[in-house]
This record gives sequence, C-alpha cells and structure tokens, in this order.
Amino acid sequence: MASAHSDHGHGDHPKFLAHHFDTPEQQFDAAKFGMWVFIVTEILMFGGLFVAYLIYKGQEPSVFIEAHRRLDWKLGSANTIVLLFSSLTAALAVRSSQLGKKNETTMWLMITIACAFVFMGIKYVEYSHKFHDGLLPGRYFTAHLPEHAHNGQVLPQRANMYFALYFMMTGLHGLHVLIGASALGYVLYRNLRGDFSPEYFTPVEIGALYWHLVDLVWIYLFPLVYLVG
Amino acid sequence: MATEVAGAHGHDEPDHLAPYLSQEAGRGVKGWLLTLDHKRIGLMYLISTLLAFFMGGVFALLVRLELFAPGRTIMSAEYYNRAFTLHGAIMVFLFIIPSVPGALGNFVLPIMLGTKDVAFPRLNLLSFYIYVIGATFSLYSIVTGSVDTGWTFYTPYSTTSQTSVVSMVLGVFILGFSSILTGLNFIVTVHKLRAPGLHWKRLPLFIWGTYATSIIQVLATPVLAITLLLLAAERTMGVGIFDPALGGDPILFQHFFWFYSHPAVYIMIVPGMAVASELFATFTRRAIFGYFAVAMSSLGLALVGFLVWGHHMFTSGQSEWATMLFSALTMLVAIPSGVKVFNWTATLYKGSIELTTPMLYALSFLVLFTIGGLTGLFCAVLNTDIHLHDTYFIVAHFHYVMMGGTVMAFVGGILYWWPKMTGKLYDEGLAKISWLFVFVGFNTTFLIQFVMGSKGMPRRYYDYLPQFEIYHKVSTVGSWLLLIGFSICAWVLIKSLRSGPKSPPNPWGSAGYEWQGTESPPVMQNFRETPTITRGPYDYHLCTDEELFDGFPEDLKK
Amino acid sequence: METMQLPPQWSTFARQVDWAFYFIYYLSVFLFVVIIGAAMYFVYQYRRKPGVKAEPTGHATVLEITWTVSPLAILAFLFHIGFRGYIDMSVAPADAMEIRVRAKKWSWDFEYPNGGHSNILHVPVNRPVRLVMSSEDVIHSLYIPAFRVKKDTVPGFYSTLWFEATQTGETDLFCTEYCGAAVGTTEISPGDPNVGREGNRRHVGHFSMITKVRIQTMAEYNTFLESILRPPTDPATGREATPEKWGEILYRSQQCNTCHSTDGSAMTGPTWRGLFGRQRQFTDGSSANADANYIRQAIIAPNAKVVQGFNGVMPSFAGTLRDNQIDALIAYIRTLR
Repeated sequence: MASAHSDHGHGDHPKFLAHHFDTPEQQFDAAKFGMWVFIVTEILMFGGLFVAYLIYKGQEPSVFIEAHRRLDWKLGSANTIVLLFSSLTAALAVRSSQLGKKNETTMWLMITIACAFVFMGIKYVEYSHKFHDGLLPGRYFTAHLPEHAHNGQVLPQRANMYFALYFMMTGLHGLHVLIGASALGYVLYRNLRGDFSPEYFTPVEIGALYWHLVDLVWIYLFPLVYLVG
Repeated sequence: MATEVAGAHGHDEPDHLAPYLSQEAGRGVKGWLLTLDHKRIGLMYLISTLLAFFMGGVFALLVRLELFAPGRTIMSAEYYNRAFTLHGAIMVFLFIIPSVPGALGNFVLPIMLGTKDVAFPRLNLLSFYIYVIGATFSLYSIVTGSVDTGWTFYTPYSTTSQTSVVSMVLGVFILGFSSILTGLNFIVTVHKLRAPGLHWKRLPLFIWGTYATSIIQVLATPVLAITLLLLAAERTMGVGIFDPALGGDPILFQHFFWFYSHPAVYIMIVPGMAVASELFATFTRRAIFGYFAVAMSSLGLALVGFLVWGHHMFTSGQSEWATMLFSALTMLVAIPSGVKVFNWTATLYKGSIELTTPMLYALSFLVLFTIGGLTGLFCAVLNTDIHLHDTYFIVAHFHYVMMGGTVMAFVGGILYWWPKMTGKLYDEGLAKISWLFVFVGFNTTFLIQFVMGSKGMPRRYYDYLPQFEIYHKVSTVGSWLLLIGFSICAWVLIKSLRSGPKSPPNPWGSAGYEWQGTESPPVMQNFRETPTITRGPYDYHLCTDEELFDGFPEDLKK
Repeated sequence: METMQLPPQWSTFARQVDWAFYFIYYLSVFLFVVIIGAAMYFVYQYRRKPGVKAEPTGHATVLEITWTVSPLAILAFLFHIGFRGYIDMSVAPADAMEIRVRAKKWSWDFEYPNGGHSNILHVPVNRPVRLVMSSEDVIHSLYIPAFRVKKDTVPGFYSTLWFEATQTGETDLFCTEYCGAAVGTTEISPGDPNVGREGNRRHVGHFSMITKVRIQTMAEYNTFLESILRPPTDPATGREATPEKWGEILYRSQQCNTCHSTDGSAMTGPTWRGLFGRQRQFTDGSSANADANYIRQAIIAPNAKVVQGFNGVMPSFAGTLRDNQIDALIAYIRTLR
C-alpha cells in the first residue's frame, strides 16, 4: 500500500453527505443496503412467531379453525386494503421526492401516516371486541365459560393458544405500524423543513422501504390468522 | 490537505486531523459520550466489556469458591444458583458477544478497510447506548432479587421462578438489538466502504471473521428476541406458549433458544479466530496459509452454525430422527474448524516467529481451541453425548472454546492493538508472566473438569458427592491462578496507560493495513490521506523495510 | 470393570459407549499430539533469527483439499458408532419391565407394576427395564452414570428410557437438568446420609435430587416388591394408613375415580356411595347382594356381571392389585354410606 489518494474531492462535498462517504451514491447505497439487512432481521423475528403458530396449528388444527371464526375477517380485510393502499402512497412519496416535488411528497406521506392511524383504529375496535368476549391469551382466556358463549357455543379452553399467538403476532405487528408511522412522521418533518432534493431523498426511500416491510408482514399474517380454514 | 466541510456537525466540529484521544478531537465528557467516532465508541465498548468481564469473573470465583468443599462453603444454595446464573448471563450477553466485535471490531474494522468510519456512525453510538441500557436492565435484576434460572432461561423453570427474571430477559432482549445494529453496521461497511484497491480477496482475515459474525448476529439474534419476548409475555401476561398447563410446549422454547444460542456460539468464537489469524500473520511475518480456505471457513461456520441447534437437546425428548439428523450435521462443524487449525499450524512452518505476548495468546488459542474442538467430538457422537450431556464435561468443553478460545484471542488482540489504541507501549516482561498464570490457571481449572464430568458429576450442582471433592478442589485452586494472571494483566494495562513509553506507528513491524499510514493513536479520520491498497494484508515479501520498520519514522532516517 | 475415566460399566450399553468414548479419546490424543506437536516444533525451529526472513506463503492445494475432505471419513465413522449405540438406546425390548418415574422438586418417585412406590430405584439384574417418566413441575433429567443413560422429564409429556443392568450392587442416580433450590435450609429426616455433615438441617435443591439405584437378583427384587405393598404412610397422621385410608389412596392412585364417583352420581361406572350391601340387577337378568365377595369379583373379573344401565368397559385389576389392596378398597367402599 504504497501510494496515497492525492485528492478525494473534498471541495465538492455536499452538505447532506456525511464526511466518511466519498459520493452521494455511496451514501445512498449504504443506507438502502442497511435497511435491507434490517428488514431481514425483522422478518426473522416475525419468523419465530410464524413458526410457533404453524407448530401449534399443526397440533390442534380443528381448535384453530374453530377459534379463527371468532375473528372478524371483514375488519381484517379492511385493514389489508388500508395497508396495501398506504404502501402505494409511500411509494408515491418516494417518487415525488425523487422528482423534487416537495408538496406532493408531503401529501403522500400524510396519507400514508393517516392510513397507519386508520389501521390502528380498526385494530382497536377488533381488540376491544376480543377483550369483551374473553378471547384473551393464556391464563386470562375465558371464552370457554358459558357466559361468553357465541351463538350458543363456547370455545374449548385449548383455544387460548390461538389467541396467545394472535395477540403476540398482531400486537408485535401493531407496534411496528406505530414505529413505522413515527419514522414516516420524522421524514415528513424533514421534508417540510426542506431537507430533500432530487439529489438527496434517502430518508424518504428507506422510510418507505421500512413501511413496505410492515405491509409485507401483514400480507402473510392476515391469511395465516384470519383465513385459516 | 483540504479540511472537512460536513456542516451537519454544527459548531462543535471535531478536528479530523487531531489524534482521536486528544481534546481537539472532541472535548471533555461530552466529546466522549456523544462521539460518533468508531475508535472512541470502540474504546467505550472495551471499557464496558472489561467491566462486565470483571463482574462475571467475580461471580465465577464465588462459584468456584463455594465448590471448594462439599456442603455449604460460603453461601446458601439459592445464592449459589444466582451466582452461576449471573456468571453465565453476564459473560455471554454482556461480555463475550459484544467483546471482540464491539471493542476490537469497532476500533480496527474501519481502519483495516481504509475508511474514516463505519457506514452509520450514529447507529453505532446508538448501539452502544442500547448496550448500556440492556446491561442496566440486566444488572437491575441483581438488585431486585437476582435471577436463578441459569443463562439458558429454560421454561417452565424460568416462568415459575420467584426471582427477577423479567428484567434480566428484557435486558438480554435489548442487548440483542445492540448486537444486531453492530452487525448491520459492519456488513454495510464491509460492502460499501472499502478503500480503493481493497477488493474482497485482499480483505484481512479479521474482516472476514467479523463479517461472518455480523451475518450470524443479524440472522440469529431476532429469533432470540422474539423468544425472550414470549417468555416475558408468559411471565407478565400469562401467554402460555411454553406452558404445558395451557397447551404450550416447553421443548419449543429450547428449539427457539438454541436456534439463536448455537449460532451465538459462533458469534463468540469466530471473532476470536479472526483475531488469532491477524496475530499469527504478524508474528510469523508471512501470509496465513490457505487464506481463501480460512476466510471461507468463517462463512462456513456461520452457515453450519444455523443447522445444528438440536445437538443441545439430545436428551430433551425431541424426536429420535431429529436427534440423529442434528448429530450428523454437527459433525460438519469439525470441517471448517479443522481447516482453520491446520492452516494456522501450516502458517508457522518456515515463518519468522516472534514470541511476543500477543503471539503467546494466539498459540494458547490454538492449543486450547484444539482441545475444545476435539472434546466437541465426544459431544457430537450420540451415545457418548447421552452420558456426558449436562455434566462437567460439557462445562469444560465450552470453557475451552469460549474462554480458551475467545478470551485468549481477545486478550491477545487487546495487547496487540493496545499501542494503536492508546499510543502507549506496555511492559512485555510482566505481560508474559501474566500470560503464564492465565494459561496454567486455565488448564488447572478446566482440564480436570473433563475427568470429573466423564465420571458423572452433573453441572449446576451446589453440593456434590464425596468422590468428586478432589477434582473440585484442584479446579478451584486453578481459578485463583486465573485471578492472579488477570490481575497482573490489568496492572500491565494500567501501568502502560500511566507511564507507558510512547508507541511508534507500527511497533510490531506488521504489514497489516491498520498499521500502515496511521499514527499511534490514529487521527480522528484515521488516515491523513485516503489509502489506496496495492497488495494483500499479509504480503510481507512485497513490503519495503520502511513499511515494516518498528520504530519511530525519524529514527529510520538516521 | 473399572475404567480410567468413566464410571463402572453396569449396563449393557456401557461397553459400547465406553468403546466409542475411548476411540474418540485416543483419536483426539493422537490428533492433538500431531497438530500441537508440529506447531510447537515450528515455533522452536522457525523462531526469529536475525537476518532470516519468513518464506513467503505458497500454495499446496492438494494438501488443503486433503485435510478438508479426509476428516469427513473419520466423522462419518464417528457418527456411525454413535448412531448405532443410540438406536440401541432408543428401542426398548418388547419384554422390558416398566417402572413409572415421577420427578418433582426435588425428589424422585418410582412406581412399580404392582402399584408400590419407592424413592430409591430398585431394578432386577439382567432384565431389561423401561422407565416411563414425567414431571410434576419443571424439567428434570434422570441420569445414571454407571448405566450411561440420561433422559429429561418434561412436564406435560412422557419420556422413556431403558437399560439392562449387568451387575448387582448400588450406584448413583442424579438429576441433571437444573431445577432450582429451596429457600434456606430444610430439616433432614432421620436416616438421611447427610445427617451430621451440617447439623440436622441442609440445603435442598437440584443438587440434592440424587438417589440410588439398587440392582438386585430377581429373588431379592421380588421380596422388595412384596415389601412395598404394605400400606403407605397416611399424610394426615404420619403413620401407616388404616385400611380405609389406604383404600381411599388407591381409589385415586389406581384411577378408580375416573369412572366411579363417591357422591352418588353415575359416571362411566356405578357410584360407590351406598354400594356396599345393596341389591344389584345385572344385564343378564340375575341379581346379587353387593357384599365383599361381589366387590372382589367385580375388581378381578369386572365384566362377568354388568350392572343394568352400564356397559362392560372396566379393565380387570387381577395381578395389578394385591389381596391386601383389594381388602383396603372394600374397607373404603364400606365407609361410603
């Protein structure tokens, strides 16, 4: 390693470029690659829950089918549509940001965040029904008692496992929706501050990428939990 | 030389050409606690992990002292259970997993890559603080009743224990994210921030090892996270995923736990191998024999590590087919491990070997890891493992790998990079004495445990039958030798900090990238000018005398 | 046979396991001496000398491939010997005698085919024995070093292991899955071997969940089986149970309670309340008075006469219950008025 790089262009180091990167492309690639690695991590984390779900479903298929009927597939489908739509608006936010259309980016980001709140609202309605019906996880499960009969039928006590997994999976996903919405909120703030340009829109891109992960997890979670039959 | 224009840093702009330890590189306490510099973060990791090693070590000494004689020696049974749990949990989660990547990796990796920092410096600092928060949670459990589950947290013991399991589990959960973010940062840095000319075939083996480790961290740790989350949910909310009374399966916990914790064994040992490769190269003055095989064997261990978790569960009641499959797959671990050992040995052949203290630690690594690896065969073969599982044989086996392997490499690595980190030399004579105590003490403590275990002494026993007393006595005496050894080692480092002579840029005369073109200690941006890599990291035969000169540059001219 | 590193070989598995152990042992010693010996020799031979440079590292592809591939053969052989031994350990002979093991914090309970219990495991020599194990609380693991067997006991599941002892005598049985400890010390019962070591109190926990295996000749073993059929201890009084109390214990331990109630309600079988002395109508049209002889007959050959309104589904307890146990059950039924 004899020679040294004579000049690596500090003179044209733009403001948004951190000092240890040589070019904006390098910084953008690094950020995007980092987010992909993080997404892999997240998928493995949910993977653990999915595996647990499949194992217990394999052990008690009929109980799981009976238990899943107590979920409201209509609300679940509505949430699926909301999330799919928000993924589209997140992608549009990236597009408009690439083109330097700041106001359009603001609009798309706001719609995306609004979708997150709609999603959480619907989730709240679903959860409160479950709480009311005693469809709680583990030792708080009471839907096997006569007072919680549904159409004259009670669930077997073994169904507590289904709801344990339901709450863990949707709960963890809900947490990710909130984290994703907060991240997009920060991106929105920076957009309003005018940080982004066609040369620099990395946070919008990786924020949207994370949002797609949130969507992706739901795309697997929804059929698995709501449409077992 | 043009100065930096990165305006985002505001008015507290550190001087990128000042030595990183100086005031100009970041003032006062704030300059350290809010630093984005990988070297300063590495040093903070080094201090934290050494503190954790000290704490874990104190618990280890207490455990050994209690076992000096049968019956009650210094503490009651329930405190003994807490002591060995804290020893294990602190050593695994607070010390050994973050040690080499967090401390040495953070310091060395960007310099070896010829870059100014890791890809995401803020994330790097965040990961350190997540480590601190996780450690605080873990240690908080000590004040609130401690934990007595063993570091493995097996259900249903851990879900019914009266001790402070939740805060420990949440602590480990949080520590996991620190590990993930460090791994993520390193992967991106290796991919995107290599100096011009530093293509993959020129990467130092330390980078290959750290890179393989990072992949495991990113892929395995989230599974531990979800497992511990489920455990915490079971304790706090009665979610019965692992509770047989609610239809759950306690064995599933073991599958999940080992799906992380077996790869975690490689998170611990692969960085140790990575350090050892650097030490062998520098102190034999030649390239590691079979560079490509050694690099690929790190990735091979990362891959195989994911396929063998079931070998911790041969007696658990998992299906016989699973047991046989895991045994067969476990045999594969021997291949990449063997490749490394053979290649290191071949590297010594026709080298120019200098027995400095770091090299003595590297050789200790070779000897002890070989013992650890060979005794692994007993544990992989099904019918012998049935006899040895959960006995002191296993305890000895994993201490030979973890402590005889990783800790030896870590201490060797600290001494090796110490002049670069601190700009000071240390007392080689005293360091060699401390090495002797550590090496002899380690073998006294653990070699005898193989005998004790194969005779049937179960692990995690507070009291034992009279026939095991002599082995326990010898082992405890060994732990005192270790205490003396590490105390002298600590004194060597403190003495060097206080009054060590100033180190030249390349005191070992190494061809390694991190020793070339940097000062000791390096400047804030590592290199005054971005290096261009024109040779491999161990190409001693291509180096000029000037590059390998181990004194001060001004002396060379004389 | 006493071996250098391993416990005595007291089961049919032991020789096979030890052979594998020593094979790996000497293989390891050989490899260690070769590898580390070479390394130490190199360290000495190629120590740094002034003016002598290291030779640049070359390539030896054949050597590298050799030491990457050739261990596979040894490893395959090692897997094979472990696999064969494990298969033998996994499949119990069909004629194995069954002993039920219940683990709990921090003691073992062994239940023999005749319904008797003990805290020390008694097994006959030269006879395959299969342990059917469960746990009442957390995971434990049963380990008998002299037999080279070990298996976890998992709450909510049964696990099994088998062995055939080859020698009479007494050896240790350990719990090897960590299971905690009691807070403080516990008073030791008289006769505990630990009395005197630390006064009459000691710590109990995972480490004290140890007991003995007593391997006996068939005659000694049968004598032992007879001896455990004496009435068990009544937990309420601490003394040997009265026949009525023993009957009540058997009512639960033999699971009579799954089909027979004691409160007058009909379950799968008739209730025991008010049964004694009552006139019974049978499905074949005959009738009889429910006296001691009738009840004894109903336990030994339950389906010879089936009470009207019920199906003949009860298994026979002939051979399972001894005479004095049947007497105890009758005494218990007489109390249910």
